[in-house]
Amino acid sequence: MNTPASPPSPYSAALSSSKIESHTLSVLVDNEPGVLARVVGLFSGRGYNIESLTVAEVAHAEHLSRITIATSGAPETIDQIHHQLERLVPVHQVTDLTTSARSLERELAMVKVRGRGENRADALQLAEAFRARIIDATTESFIFELSGKPGKIDEFVDLMRPIGLVEVSRTGVAAISRGPEPI
Amino acid sequence: MSKEMTGAEMVVEALKDQGVDTIFGYPGGAVLPIYDVLFHQEKILHVLVRHEQGAAHAAEGYARSSGKVGVLLVTSGPGATNTITGLTDALMDSIPLVCITGQVPTHLIGSDAFQECDTVGITRHCTKHNYLVKNVADLPRILHEAFYVASTGRPGPVVIDIPKDVQFSRGFYTPPAGVAHKTYHPKLDADLSAIQAAVEMMAQAKRPIFYTGGGVINSGPAASTLLRELVALTGFPITSTLMGLGAYPASGANWLGMLGMHGTFEANNAMHDCDLMIAVGSRFDDRITGRLDAFSPGSKKIHIDIDRSSINKNVKVDLPIVGDCGHVLEALVRVWRAEAKHADQPSLDAWWDEINQWRAKKSLAYRASSKTIKPQYAVQRLYALTQNKDVYITTEVGQHQMWAAQHYHFDEPNRWMTSGGLGTMGYGLPAAIGAQLAHPKALVIDIAGEASILMNIQEMSTAIQYRLPVKIFILNNEYMGMVRQWQELLHGGRYSHSYSEALPDFVKLAEAFGAKGIRCSDPALLDAAIEEMINYDGPVIFDCLVDKVENCFPMIPSGKAHNDMLLADLSDDAGLELGSIIDEKGKMLV
Ligand SMILES: Cc1ncc(C[n+]2csc(CCOP(=O)(O)OP(=O)(O)O)c2C)c(N)n1
Ligand SMILES: [Mg+2]
Repeated sequence: MNTPASPPSPYSAALSSSKIESHTLSVLVDNEPGVLARVVGLFSGRGYNIESLTVAEVAHAEHLSRITIATSGAPETIDQIHHQLERLVPVHQVTDLTTSARSLERELAMVKVRGRGENRADALQLAEAFRARIIDATTESFIFELSGKPGKIDEFVDLMRPIGLVEVSRTGVAAISRGPEPI
Repeated sequence: MSKEMTGAEMVVEALKDQGVDTIFGYPGGAVLPIYDVLFHQEKILHVLVRHEQGAAHAAEGYARSSGKVGVLLVTSGPGATNTITGLTDALMDSIPLVCITGQVPTHLIGSDAFQECDTVGITRHCTKHNYLVKNVADLPRILHEAFYVASTGRPGPVVIDIPKDVQFSRGFYTPPAGVAHKTYHPKLDADLSAIQAAVEMMAQAKRPIFYTGGGVINSGPAASTLLRELVALTGFPITSTLMGLGAYPASGANWLGMLGMHGTFEANNAMHDCDLMIAVGSRFDDRITGRLDAFSPGSKKIHIDIDRSSINKNVKVDLPIVGDCGHVLEALVRVWRAEAKHADQPSLDAWWDEINQWRAKKSLAYRASSKTIKPQYAVQRLYALTQNKDVYITTEVGQHQMWAAQHYHFDEPNRWMTSGGLGTMGYGLPAAIGAQLAHPKALVIDIAGEASILMNIQEMSTAIQYRLPVKIFILNNEYMGMVRQWQELLHGGRYSHSYSEALPDFVKLAEAFGAKGIRCSDPALLDAAIEEMINYDGPVIFDCLVDKVENCFPMIPSGKAHNDMLLADLSDDAGLELGSIIDEKGKMLV
């Protein structure tokens, strides 16, 4: 969403390392008005990247929401983002699912493709290979529903492009840790 | 315990229960119900400022000089937007404030109603936390929570936006109970293993230095006492940021003076060459570090801070200690004693020898004059004539602020109020008013510049109304001196719009407000004039006409390292060749 901060300030020379990493942060928050604005405002105000963001209430009785943010930056920046998020008053917990390694990430996409004849057959074949479901069809179009890692969705979308891609709607990444323990 | 009352009554009740006796405010349509409650009580003094920015800075001065939470009350729309600079100032300098804003009634929110603004939206970025209260049932909890959030952890400003209908609604008020916040739990004590590691590093150090900041002051007077104890136990040298002055006494033997852009030669060189840096409640701000990739290259760094996000933000450290400065200092003193640690004395002696050579440069020296008042001389005389009094100093922003920091010396915490992080011109007079209200018998002086003072000069009326004998000591150089200095350094001496044109006659201005005006331009008459100011029982504007082109040294130019300082040239009248000192990269910096 944000363009990476350019040109780097001479002040930050000592900390900036060229190694840009992608991380997924799971942020458990009190679901109070404005909490999403606080989180998003933190990213825009401090010049951090948001590659994708999902949010939904996960415990209705306790009013807890989980915000999952895919971000990228130098390791020091990711560390800063983590601790800046923890500083927000309504934040319960921040977990870096990328450094904790044992995590699952999924995204859902709906992909609209238009075409006739050979293109139609190609689209159907590829959809089967990607385990995409058809959720809408006309004589000249399909809408596929597909879930998986963001990379898999990228791949599918790229393959559909020459066939007749119309548009894509994606949810952004949801993530959770493996095994019996909570995040 | 719980009592039925209106939302407006709850506000005043909660203030009383939180121990608030003074608030700063300005009325308007959206806070009239609260003003009506204030009308019927005498426990809380409401100080009517003349601009809401003044209320915020006055609350800051009150808070910083007393250790209590500063409170302000303003109306919706313009009342709220006028506080933004003050709230941001408090956020940057970690000052605990609770700001209560009126809001249009809930059913009008979002309709662009008269004097409606999105206060929580606007202040989200300049507060530690903020609330919009939509239901009177939530109001008591939010009021108490606001004080807790503002004053604990890393302190900061909190806004409570209360729609007018909520102020009129009735509900049940409950007094503050034990704190049990759902998510916010600042960590005060550090892990013992970290304390032990720090003590070990300190005992091993050959060239150690304490680098302390505003966090020590925020932690409370006990932290300053413990800091002095730890410095005495170890014998290490100590320097401090602008915000931390007074935590360790300027008259103390181990004091190196302030560090940073206008810090002393000895402080900055010791920071550069140390092998162990112990940062206590300081945050490696760019005014402190200078060029980052050349910042103290050979040292191990310990960083004590209550805010985890301050650690490794600008400078990577070797040992982070997250906790309250007071708690951590207590633990360091205790463990140092218990383990009978001692410094590496021969190395420390050699280190002090080196430091004393830097000290011998006398980097704060300036070319004296018997014809014009040198600004540094004016501050020195002010210090000499007031140092034995119960004195609180505030400043505006500019050269005068740096000269005040360099030449006025503080032996106690909470005596020095200045806008460090935001650098807000117009801070000093309202802050002085706040400090004077917290300390009615004390001598409160705003060391000002002629440009800055005009930014909140309307607060003179507040001083007059509440008989606050604040003294405004203007170092009048007829320039935005700090801007002029940078234009000399960076822009070939093209003084674009930095001359203070069309200044008022400050003596007449004082008189117009009902205060006393004093003017002095002769160094020989300065002492007597300062005495006259001190002895006058009421507010004074002192127009001290100083050298117009004096520059503030020493200085680390932008983009340079600590050991690359500019010193004042005392030898001849030619002055420094300033134009070529800062390179292209440095010019990009502020
Ligand atoms: C509100 C605000 N606007 C602009 C600045 C930029 N600025 C920093 S110092 C300064 C000049 C201050 O002049 P004066 O008050 O006369 O102090 P001097 O430097 O001459 O001592 C200015 C304009 C600022 N710090 N704050
Ligand atoms: Mg000036």
